[in-house]
Amino acid sequence: MIASFLVRRVESLGGFAISTVKSIGSMGIFITQTLKWMVRRPFRFHAAVEQMMEVGVNSFPVVFFTAMFTGMVLALQSFTGFKRFGAESMVGTVVALSMTRELGPVLTALVVTGRAGSSMTASLGTMRVTEQIDALYTLAANPIKHLVVPRVVAGTIMMPLLTIVADFVGIMGGFTVGVLLLSANPVLYLDKTWEFMEYNDIFSGLLKSMVFGFIISIVGCYEGFYTEGGAEGVGSATTRSVVLGFMLIFIANYILTALLFSNSPAGTH
Amino acid sequence: MIDCIDLYKAFGSKKVLQGVDLHINRGESMVIIGGSGTGKSVLIKHMIGLLQPDAGRVLVDGIEVGAQDEDGLNELRKKFGMLFQGAALFDSLTVWENVGFGLIEHTKLDNTAIMKRVRECLEMVGMKDVEYLMPSELSGGMKKRVGLARAIAMNPEIILFDEPTTGLDPVMADVINDLIIKTTRALKVTSVTITHDMVSANRIADRIAMLYEGKIVAIGTPDEIMFNQTNPAVKEFVEIGRIIRQTEAVKGRHIGMQ
Repeated sequence: MIASFLVRRVESLGGFAISTVKSIGSMGIFITQTLKWMVRRPFRFHAAVEQMMEVGVNSFPVVFFTAMFTGMVLALQSFTGFKRFGAESMVGTVVALSMTRELGPVLTALVVTGRAGSSMTASLGTMRVTEQIDALYTLAANPIKHLVVPRVVAGTIMMPLLTIVADFVGIMGGFTVGVLLLSANPVLYLDKTWEFMEYNDIFSGLLKSMVFGFIISIVGCYEGFYTEGGAEGVGSATTRSVVLGFMLIFIANYILTALLFSNSPAGTH
Repeated sequence: MIDCIDLYKAFGSKKVLQGVDLHINRGESMVIIGGSGTGKSVLIKHMIGLLQPDAGRVLVDGIEVGAQDEDGLNELRKKFGMLFQGAALFDSLTVWENVGFGLIEHTKLDNTAIMKRVRECLEMVGMKDVEYLMPSELSGGMKKRVGLARAIAMNPEIILFDEPTTGLDPVMADVINDLIIKTTRALKVTSVTITHDMVSANRIADRIAMLYEGKIVAIGTPDEIMFNQTNPAVKEFVEIGRIIRQTEAVKGRHIGMQ
């Protein structure tokens, strides 16, 4: 009795391990295929531009609001905190650095995952369950090239652009709150915003966001591409794609931050 | 034209094909019948290389489908047209882009020439003035017709029909049956149809093969399948077909008497 219980435990653990290794493997193959088709002619500019519009236009309003309110709340929070040791003048700096280095890329990535990544999964998943992907194969056309590459290119290019918007809008949100509510001097506030900012802050943020864009679109396409089980399957694939996207973004964010900002004191040891 | 030799295919622990042997002659209309979930779809997906067998081989014109690399497979697939169960039209493209997809992708024809061919194909399936509609604006029967037009656009030698009448009302099913007969004869193609609709099988088949428990258990002309069967599974399945045959025979006699 106990033995059979144990056997079942071990079996399910083994099953889990096998399926995890399998999906990592198939994701790896999927990424390799995508990269291979990305550099093969003919390039499908038209399809890529279409997807860029899709990603950019769909996500823009949400990115805008997210960044604006984040910048605003950041100014408010840091002001209350900094007042305790008389560093109110540093609010602009804090908002600018947190937006460009961290919150701009990460929040944009989360929003884009929810908006564009999920819609990639839903549309590819629908194409899978209605046999449109099989139909592409039968017409001697490669679905990775036709469907996945344009989306991954669009995601990787649009994420940094959306992040630039988020950085700017967030800083402006902080500025608005600082000047209007906290009666900061506008000139001084902006001065402090730029004073400690380095190119590296912005570029590393944009580099991160490019990686996030790649992750979002690869995960979104992968989950959609291998959808099973009809309309219900499309729903669960979409959920899976968002959850997996979020987790990978957080993990990648830590790794990238550790690599990109390794010239900080902690990294010099 | 198409030879399936001792095909085996399993999905996990579910054994779907267990030694299928099937030879399809050039120019004939082969209908594969069988209940739901017996692996009919799986079988034709092997013919066009959408699935790879666990064991056994599929030969098309003597070329082994499973041994082809991607380019070889694409060359092979250009011999095929396939009509999917739900038509599988591309949602984001208009009707003409759907029908002309193969031409746009694989030929250097300009848009006027492609449009001309698209109109030809649409006309052959009895449709007009739908070039600029989106698939979502079409009814189920119209989608099937456009799907058929797409399947014939590249002048295939073989057309595969996956449950062509499923989900259609009897009248529309009849229209599609007629269309299949008409187009396959006009284009002199080899056709492979899978269906569980005995009415349809009766009408379009030169030969019928029955797939049961992963094997072809009976093969022959519609008459042979309907009337000379000893296999109880086949007998049961073709019952309805037999009734239809008999009704038609009675009707024929009736008309003959008048």
